[in-house]
Amino acid sequence: MITVHIQYFAILREQRGLAHETLATHAATAAALYEELRDRYGFTLPRDRVRAAVNEEFVAWEAPLRDGQKVVFIPPVAGG
Amino acid sequence: MFRISTEPLDPAALQRTLSDAHAGACVTFEGWVRDHNEGQPVVALDYEAYAPLAEKEGLRILAEARERFAIRGAVCVHRVGALKIGELAVWVGVTAAHRGAAFDACRYLIDEAKARVPIWKKEHYGDGATVWINCATRGDFAHQLKT
Repeated sequence: MITVHIQYFAILREQRGLAHETLATHAATAAALYEELRDRYGFTLPRDRVRAAVNEEFVAWEAPLRDGQKVVFIPPVAGG
Repeated sequence: MFRISTEPLDPAALQRTLSDAHAGACVTFEGWVRDHNEGQPVVALDYEAYAPLAEKEGLRILAEARERFAIRGAVCVHRVGALKIGELAVWVGVTAAHRGAAFDACRYLIDEAKARVPIWKKEHYGDGATVWINCATRGDFAHQLKT
């Protein structure tokens, strides 16, 4: 079990109803964590439309998660 | 420089940061909040950004532009917060000795920024509805029909 700090943006923030939270998880990868949260909170975006970031850098979905990391899931971007 | 701004953008001040006696061209792009999108009247936009990563990715895009094009200076600033119709959402400015590189790099910067930088846009419509752009999961089917 690890503890991670999650920050939510845009549609994920609205669907979660929170901007950030700290939670304990058995998820070993960013992918597993997203699927866990998606099940729990009913995120509508499938994982293939989202990117993962850990400690303010994009990461591969299969990168291992470690205790204390800051995790952000990036919905499809729309600047400009 | 790549920056996320919570304050209104000042194009004249931004352009002054690019002043350069060696530059013969300055190309700028302004992205404005438009009153419609895909046939729907839009009354306002909210932008939000994951600022630390947005600024890192923005700096990577600027570095790529410097490698690809013979430019001298490049600046991109994106506004976040609640914006009204006609407000300036993004400003890009590029200087170069000659205009070709400045035009090309400016186009590259805005295109890459739109595609890669973690910034999100929520449209507010006349009937009170709101949509996060690009986040509708049922849009894929319509896209498949067109292709």
